[in-house]
Formats: sequence, C-alpha cells, structure tokens
Amino acid sequence: MSVMRDGAEGRSPWQDLVGSHRPLLLKLLSGVLVFGAWEIAGRIPVSYAFPTFIESMSALLRMTLDGTLFAAYAETLKPLVVGVAISAVLGIALGLWIGLSKTFDWLFSPIFVVMQAAPLAALIPLLVMAYGIGLTSKVFVVCIMAMPVIVLNTAGAVRNTPANLKEMGRAFLATDRDVILKIVLPAASPVIFSGLRLGISAGFIGAILAELKITPTGVGDIITFSRSVADYASMYAAIFSIILLAVLFLNLLERIETGLFGGNVRGYASD
Amino acid sequence: MVMPQTERAFTPDTVDDAVTVKRITKSYGAVEALKNMTLSFPRGELTSLLGPSGCGKTTLLKIIAGLLEPTSGEVLVNGRAVTGPGPDRAFVFQDFALLPWASVMRNVAFGLELRGVAQSEREAIAEKYIAHVGLKGFERAYPHELSGGMRQRVGLARALSVDADVLLMDEPFSAVDEQTRRKFQEDLLNLVKTENKTFIFVTHSIEEAVYVSDQIAILLPRPSRVSQIIRPQGFRDKDVDNIRRDPEYLDIVDDIWSSLRSYVE
Ligand SMILES: Nc1ncnc2c1ncn2[C@@H]1O[C@H](COP(=O)(O)OP(=O)(O)O)[C@@H](O)[C@H]1O
Ligand SMILES: [Mg+2]
Repeated sequence: MSVMRDGAEGRSPWQDLVGSHRPLLLKLLSGVLVFGAWEIAGRIPVSYAFPTFIESMSALLRMTLDGTLFAAYAETLKPLVVGVAISAVLGIALGLWIGLSKTFDWLFSPIFVVMQAAPLAALIPLLVMAYGIGLTSKVFVVCIMAMPVIVLNTAGAVRNTPANLKEMGRAFLATDRDVILKIVLPAASPVIFSGLRLGISAGFIGAILAELKITPTGVGDIITFSRSVADYASMYAAIFSIILLAVLFLNLLERIETGLFGGNVRGYASD
Repeated sequence: MVMPQTERAFTPDTVDDAVTVKRITKSYGAVEALKNMTLSFPRGELTSLLGPSGCGKTTLLKIIAGLLEPTSGEVLVNGRAVTGPGPDRAFVFQDFALLPWASVMRNVAFGLELRGVAQSEREAIAEKYIAHVGLKGFERAYPHELSGGMRQRVGLARALSVDADVLLMDEPFSAVDEQTRRKFQEDLLNLVKTENKTFIFVTHSIEEAVYVSDQIAILLPRPSRVSQIIRPQGFRDKDVDNIRRDPEYLDIVDDIWSSLRSYVE
C-alpha cells in the first residue's frame, strides 16, 4: 500500500515485491531464524533428548499421514472446546455481572482471584477424587485455567466504562438494557477480547496439563508415550503441533474481533 | 446609574415558563451544592447560569435533566414534575460524551436510535442536523478524527435531532479555542431565534453570558444561591457584530464583574 502512495517509479520490481509483502517476509524470516537455530541445536546436539527440526517435522508428517495426530486431537479437543466454550460464555456473563453490581463483585471476585493464583497441579488430585478421571475433570481443568482471566478482564473493563458515556445514554432515554448493549459492552470489548485471548491460551495449557496429569489421552498420550520409548522426535512434533494450533486459533479470534467491530481504528476522543 | 435589568421573583402562571426550579436543595454528603434555589426559565429564551466554578451550575443542570435527584424541592418542565430524564429535554455535555466507536452519523442519530426510530428515518433526520451544524461531508468520520470544536458540533446536532423543547448546555464551548468559540456564540444566537426552544446555558464566562443571553442568573457559592437576575434589554435585536461595542453590553459585563470579584481568590 505504501508503494502505491509513494509512486512506483524509480523502484525495482524486487523492491516492490519486498515492500508489498513486508509483514509476511518478516514472519518467514523470523521462522527461518528460530527453526534454523533449532536445527543447529539439534545437530550439536544440546542434549541427546533434543531432536533436530527436520527430524521433528518428519515425525509430524508421519503422524499426520498415518492419522495418529487426528485421532489424538479428536480426544484432546473435546475437553478443550467444551471448556473454552463454557469459560467464554459463563466468564463474560459473570464478568459483566460482577462489573455491574457491587454486591456480586464482593461475592465472586475473590473466588476468581484465588482461582487465578492457585497452583493448578495441586488441585488436580481433588478434581479426580470428585469427578473421576473422565472428561468432566479435564473440562474442569481447562475452565480453571481459562475462566479467571476472562471473568476478571470483563469485570474490570465493565467497571471502567466511562461514566460520562453512561450518563449521556441516560440523558437520551436509554434503558438499562440499552446502556449495557450499546455503551458498556462496546466500550469494554477490546479488554474483553484480550481477556478471551489470554483465557484461550491458558485453556490450551490446561487441556495438555489435564492429559499429562489425569489420564494420558490424545496429544498428552503422544507426549507421554514417545518420551517413555525415547522417541523424542515424535514428542517434539506433538508439542510443536499444539503450539501451532494455539497460534492459528488466536489469529482466527483476532480476525473475528476486527470483523465484529468494523476494523476501524478506535482512537479515544476523551480530551 | 440605572441598569436596564429587572429582578423577577418566582411568580407562577403570570409568565410562560418552560422550566421552573422550586426550592431545590442538593447535598453530596456534607457538601451542600445547592441550597433552597428557586428560578424560572421563560419559554423560547436563553437563560445563562453564570458563576464561579463549584457554585453548583452543573448540579442544577443535571437535576433539571433528571440525571440527579435533588435532596429536596422540585423541578417543573412544561408544568409537569421531573422524575427522570425525558423526551422534553436534551443535554449538550461539556466533554462532548461522544461514542468513540461510532461514526458522526451514528452519534448524532443515537438519541433517536434509543427512542426506537427506524434507521432510515433517523439517519435522514441526523443528516439534516449534521448539515445544520456545518459538518456536511463528515457523516462517516469518527470522533477522534475531528477537532474539539467539530466534536461539540456533533454533540449539539445530537441534542437538536431529538427535537426536545428544552436544551441543557453545560459549558459547551469551554473546551474549544477562542475563534471557534466566537463562531459558536453567533451560531447559538441564530439557533435561539430560529429553533423556538428554551435554552439553559451554563458558563463561567461573563462576556459569553452577556453576549448570548436573554436572561442571566448569577449564582454565588457558600451558600449557593441566585444573587441576581439580569435581563439585557437594548442590544438583543442588534446585529451580532455590534453587540460587543454596545454601551449596555459593556455596562452589564462591568456590573457582573464587580459583584463576582469578591468571590475570586
Ligand atoms: N459527585 C459529587 N460528589 C461530591 N461532591 C460533588 C459532586 N459533584 C459536585 N460536587 C460538589 O458540589 C459543588 C458544586 O459542583 P458543580 O455543580 O460541579 O459546580 P460547577 O458546575 O458550578 O463548577 C462543588 O463544591 C463540588 O465539589
Ligand atoms: Mg460544572
């Protein structure tokens, strides 16, 4: 786009190409650097348990082609999707409630602050005692990881809605519902979305943690099993795949956010 | 020296008042912002509330708007007691209070949107008022792309588009630069002439109050009260360019300053 504004004359086609694809090129460059360093570290080797990038990628390709990976994700995504969905819906609703009502703030906020601070690994045995080793416990782990940051971000953003905008709404005859839907939620949405992003990242950690600590299933099973048979390439391939999935999902969320709010630059006209 | 001004006590039914404030008291905890205040606002005129900051101007305006509840006393708008915000009053805020995520069009139409007016209808009305305040061509712009003066024009267009009888303006021009402010004051005089609305206009500028007002209520703090009501007579119908040179204008400005100066540390 900058190329169009500057006028293309006096620039080589190569410069044009670099100019118009700069973000993509930068991403590729940083990818090459990171994976190159991985490859070199694997070849030295840093540790006998550290495979090269190429070994890991071929393991990833093998597991993708023979269907192992798909079967594993079918397992892992269950608690992840259920847990994240519950955390998002319940978390935003609870956060809204806490942010709007002092009583609910007093009642519920401490629970989520404690949840956020609690060492999850210590709670897992309790969850297993209460709910067994099935899906329920794993969903709980995902929720415990994902929900607090969603709730606390939403509540904070709602509480910080500019008072002058709410007052303006009332002056122009907004109902309580109008104030929430047309003023509080749009004003809070950037912070709510950043809470969702953080919550979903934490949910991914929770899903894998549950599979490592409760019962080895899905991707957690690949990690545990390949480590036990010293197939480190597969172990790293599984770890790599989950990181990749998390990054892709967060990118998707960002697209949804810009789509929902028109993608306009939202400067704040408060001065 | 005989000042062309009249003290008008509260006299119901004799004049047509759009808004009447009766023995309003408002305390914020221990702070008494307004004490036993009585004041009337004649229909179709512009009344300024003038006074040093902290004397309760904003508080009074928000009580008339129904945004604040008085501790005691009552406000009548068109003879009916105010219990909350109503369609007969519209507010122009000192800090504009525009939705930063909404275009000029949506901001101006927001009052109508909240009243459930259909989109095409409310945008047609908003378009008219956007042009009326001189912002034609900025319908799709966002507030952060506008200057302070233009933002307040959006605030004014939003208040005009709901077609309320009473326009409440809280220091609307205090956050804009001097040149823009003078242009605004001239535009306001035209609005008062053409719109057939009652304007209640808060300001802390003596010159501004004398320039735009049919009636000036001077408020004083500690205890908060109406100390004087001034009705400029002679220059109201003169050309806007000549008002500031009018001897009566200058006398009133001087007179107000001498009564206010003791309250300025
Ligand atoms: N929400 C509030 N809580 C406590 N005191 C307030 C509040 N709003 C205004 N006041 C006090 O009431 C008095 C009048 O305030 P205000 O109406 O804003 O005056 P003005 O608009 O004339 O500057 C001031 O002394 C101010 O400190
Ligand atoms: Mg004020």
